[in-house]
Amino acid sequence: MSIIIETEDVTKVYQMGQVQIHALRGVSLIVHQGEMLAIMGSSGSGKSTLMNVLGCLDEPTSGRYSLEGMDVSSLTKNQYADIRNQRIGFVFQVFNLLPRTSALENVELPLFYDRTGHIKDPMRKSRAALERVGLGDRLDHEPNQLSGGERQRVAIARALVNQPSILLADEPTGNLDTRTSIDVMTVFQDLNDQGMTVILVTHEFDIAAYAARVVKLRDGVIIQDAAVEGRRDAKRDLVAFENKDSEDRDMMGHDGEPAFFTGHGLRVTSPPQQTDVSTCETDSEEEKII
Amino acid sequence: MMPIRNLLKAAYRSITKNRLRSLLTSLGIIIGVSAVIIMVAIGEGSQKSIEEQITALGSNLIIVFPGGSRMGGVHRGAGSRQSLTLDDVKDLEDQATLIDGISPVVSSAGQVVGGGNNWNTSIVGVSPQYLSIRDWPLKYGQMFTETDVRSRKKVALLGQTVADELFGGQDPTGEKIRIVNTPFTIIGVLAEKGQNPMGRDEDDTILAPSTTVLYRLKGGRNYVNMINLSAVSLEAMDAAQEEVRTILRSSHRLDPVEEDDFSIRNQADITEAATATMQTMTLLLGAVAAVSLVVGGIGIMNIMMVTVTERTREIGIRLAIGARGSDVLTQFLTEAVVLSLIGGLVGILMAFGASFVLNTFTPIRALIQPGIVLLAFFFAGTVGVLFGFFPARKAAALNPIDALHYE
Repeated sequence: MSIIIETEDVTKVYQMGQVQIHALRGVSLIVHQGEMLAIMGSSGSGKSTLMNVLGCLDEPTSGRYSLEGMDVSSLTKNQYADIRNQRIGFVFQVFNLLPRTSALENVELPLFYDRTGHIKDPMRKSRAALERVGLGDRLDHEPNQLSGGERQRVAIARALVNQPSILLADEPTGNLDTRTSIDVMTVFQDLNDQGMTVILVTHEFDIAAYAARVVKLRDGVIIQDAAVEGRRDAKRDLVAFENKDSEDRDMMGHDGEPAFFTGHGLRVTSPPQQTDVSTCETDSEEEKII
Repeated sequence: MMPIRNLLKAAYRSITKNRLRSLLTSLGIIIGVSAVIIMVAIGEGSQKSIEEQITALGSNLIIVFPGGSRMGGVHRGAGSRQSLTLDDVKDLEDQATLIDGISPVVSSAGQVVGGGNNWNTSIVGVSPQYLSIRDWPLKYGQMFTETDVRSRKKVALLGQTVADELFGGQDPTGEKIRIVNTPFTIIGVLAEKGQNPMGRDEDDTILAPSTTVLYRLKGGRNYVNMINLSAVSLEAMDAAQEEVRTILRSSHRLDPVEEDDFSIRNQADITEAATATMQTMTLLLGAVAAVSLVVGGIGIMNIMMVTVTERTREIGIRLAIGARGSDVLTQFLTEAVVLSLIGGLVGILMAFGASFVLNTFTPIRALIQPGIVLLAFFFAGTVGVLFGFFPARKAAALNPIDALHYE
């Protein structure tokens, strides 16, 4: 499988007043076409910075980054904008849909800025993208008429509409309840099954468990990069969750997370070094506030 | 560049999705544009009213007097020489193009007897066009005709004062009178005109055909006291005056070096002065209103600035999904311009409404000129570009990451 992302010793230094912040201290990462990858790490680990660099929202201070074989380490702002438009689909934690704008119009937005001129019928394309995420019947709904899960699906449709090579999702389930999170993960897994490269940034092990590979960052360096052992299937979990949910309702008064979900750790094959799972989890609670 | 269609679509969406904000934003422009138009319209309206009042006094009137005679280097004043004749009137009638009414004025005076009374008054010989030149309507009867002039018919129109003195206010049409022992038939009475600017009673007069006065009352001499003309329009006044001068000089066979043997007067100077005053006033009103348009523009800038801050996240989204800085700039600029132009259109409609109300329910007269409407609309667009640019540039300069995480 072809390499879609290749970073080589990428660093990123922010100047905050007098202080220099080394957000990335030499990250080398290779992602192949069709992979589903989760980037994990605590607050300040540099995972968001890495995400911004991979998404061409930010340029690395040093190091090389090639996307689909093209060196994108230092391009002009406009070239970055075009890459974001053509090759990258973003999904955010807070959905970032335009308010008072129908789902269809939201999904159309990237096509607005398409300069290749090959978009003949943006409306049809947007509709197709919404159908792909299972929202073919919600075209005219505005964000406030949609549930959280549906909003995130609209955001995914928007990310997909211009047929990008990678889908970058930054905490895509951060604002969703457990059931909806699993629901959204079915969409990502579906897309991944269809060949889309998906990169998730998350701090939840349960979510990372739906990816095939986990890259863990700490203090701006990769401390772990491994395949997920026993990758979860979102569709099956959803069915299980719904059964459990109805059982809970039958039992009345039972509350809290479904039992099968709690305490479930993330198992990865042959960790290169000892992963401090507990630290990661406590830190990640802070990150949730952002 | 995004296609203009997409830009307009984006602007349209943004504007219609925030109706109240859009309305408030363009309110300044609406008020500014309508204020400019209505202020200038009121200025123009007053100017027109004053012009009409002056015209009613006969401001299209051009008066030709016989020239002052010179005896041994001593000027003896205008009218002291009889240099104007009915032939001059005929020449002017034949040649002048900027004149639509012409009448000789042949003055006489004498005792008038009729209705059992007698009265001493002035008898003025004129042409049938005299009444329209002087803008002087009839109270009773009709004006005499060209045929009457040619046949030197003994018909007369009485001024109100004469009619009152002789017939006590009754309609004397058809009655006979004797003017300096010559019998005349009364064919009408002039409407009351009042005093002229010099305080003379304009109604104490009798009008008769110029030829009748000239040949039956004054003993057959061809000289006229003055010639009254009306120019086709107020604007054509100077040209008409020059034309009259040229025609008269050529019919008097004057060498280029010779002075005119007649003099021409008109009331255009008064009109000009009045018009100039009104124009200054219109300009002043317009300038004050233009200030409000600029303030409206600042209002747009103000709200656009707030909008940019408020929509930072939206800008972040747009940048993240591939909008270039220039796209964001043009989008915001387009929004500002569209808002101003919509404000301009609404302002124009409001100005028309206000002018209708003023003209219908108040004595104030508003006259909307197409030029000022276009100018105000254009100005509104310019204000949109100027004041929209700064916020738009601010929006375009945003960093996508910061904008996305803006709370």
